[in-house]
Amino acid sequence: MCLGVPGKIVDIDGDIATVDFWGVRRQVRLDIIDEPAAVGDYILNHVGFAIRRIPEESVAETLSLYEQLMAEAADDAMTSDIRGEIAAASAMAPEKGRA
Amino acid sequence: MTGEALKFRDPELARALAAKLAHQMTEIGRPVSVMHVCGSHEQAIAKFGLRSLFPKALTVIMGPGCPVCVTDVPEVDEGVVLAEQGVHIATYGDMLKVPGTVRSLADAQALGGKIHVVYSPAQAVELARSMPEQEVVFFATGFETTAVVTAAVIVDNPPKNFSVLSAHKYIPPVMEIVAEMPESRVEGFLAAGHAATITGWAVFEPFVERHKIPVVVAGFEPLDILAGLVELVELVKEGTPRVVNTFPRCVTREGNRAAQAELWRVFRPLGGRWRGIAHVPNGNLRLRDEYAHVDARRRFKIDITKLWDYAPPHLANQCICGDIMAGIRNPYDCKLFNKECLPENPVGACMVSNEGTCKIWHLYGGVPDLSEVPA
Repeated sequence: MCLGVPGKIVDIDGDIATVDFWGVRRQVRLDIIDEPAAVGDYILNHVGFAIRRIPEESVAETLSLYEQLMAEAADDAMTSDIRGEIAAASAMAPEKGRA
Repeated sequence: MTGEALKFRDPELARALAAKLAHQMTEIGRPVSVMHVCGSHEQAIAKFGLRSLFPKALTVIMGPGCPVCVTDVPEVDEGVVLAEQGVHIATYGDMLKVPGTVRSLADAQALGGKIHVVYSPAQAVELARSMPEQEVVFFATGFETTAVVTAAVIVDNPPKNFSVLSAHKYIPPVMEIVAEMPESRVEGFLAAGHAATITGWAVFEPFVERHKIPVVVAGFEPLDILAGLVELVELVKEGTPRVVNTFPRCVTREGNRAAQAELWRVFRPLGGRWRGIAHVPNGNLRLRDEYAHVDARRRFKIDITKLWDYAPPHLANQCICGDIMAGIRNPYDCKLFNKECLPENPVGACMVSNEGTCKIWHLYGGVPDLSEVPA
């Protein structure tokens, strides 16, 4: 729940960014990001909100752990937490969770 | 050494860091215990088998780093009572099986309570918008990282039928409590990278000043954790307690100031119990008076005492989650672990959440047998 997940901004409309997470596009709110972000930047998403713009030079290192975990079975605890974080940045319709 | 300098998933480097740790521990010449306070750290340590690389004299304990696990029994009771009053409850999936005094939210749901699983507070707000005639309460759990997001939706003019039952917790005060426990042998803390993304690493300086215990902020890569431990054990060895940030790609000294402003605009710290651990001064985050209209505790009459006429399930008396989260015992010390207490039918909160020590050890194993690890 505290892990957060990185994704790439592909569009921004006001306070809402469209973010690409390994091919899955989701809406992420920019209300509380630490510094202004632009299309092409990577952000760290936590429960549907960007909490950090990832500095460009740190993107590759940040992505590496997640890329390994995304390749794991969906029922792995870390992997399911990350998938939950991606689902948090959804089209906002309530949906079935990871209970 | 910083996280930036590391080349990731490099076995050579992992072995070099492990060798460095072993060398440091030999120099120290006595056992040392350190604590991390993050479920994601424990997941990575267990999943990647890092304990097999730690020197025997170094004990790395998971402390109260699972927000669902430290949500206190009466807090769960409040959610259960609200559900029984016909209010719609929206909450994170991990909360459903967390035991209350007599019922969990899942039990309340089975009895007809309207419980909705959401991944984000924004989804709870949308749920409220979709049914304006119904009251929707977001049962909010999580540490400061998650609380800032709850704050963001509260200041964003949610609909009138939306309110928040806050069980949010604030990590820095509980580190003080653990450090002061007479049984505690913790000589250093590994702080969680993403929580510090919000607060900044300077938030730990007063703690270090008071307790003379070093704090190292570390990331979640296996090598981030190893490098963080090398730094932490070095500070223990040198007797030079201070805060060191080994996760600069996510954490700065000041943290995310916009998020902090939102957090403290909406919440105030208040003393309260953390399940199984202790009363933690300033450990709970509660809504400020300015947001009383969004505070479920002030909007509804919540009488949880009516639940207390029942005796708690007798197995619950044997649960040692509290001691596990305080770092005094581990899951193998519990008679119920992997027997009566399993993820399908948890006795204690630590077996419920993917971030709970017992659940993680159940999934990945805790302390691996060194003979099974290839050299």
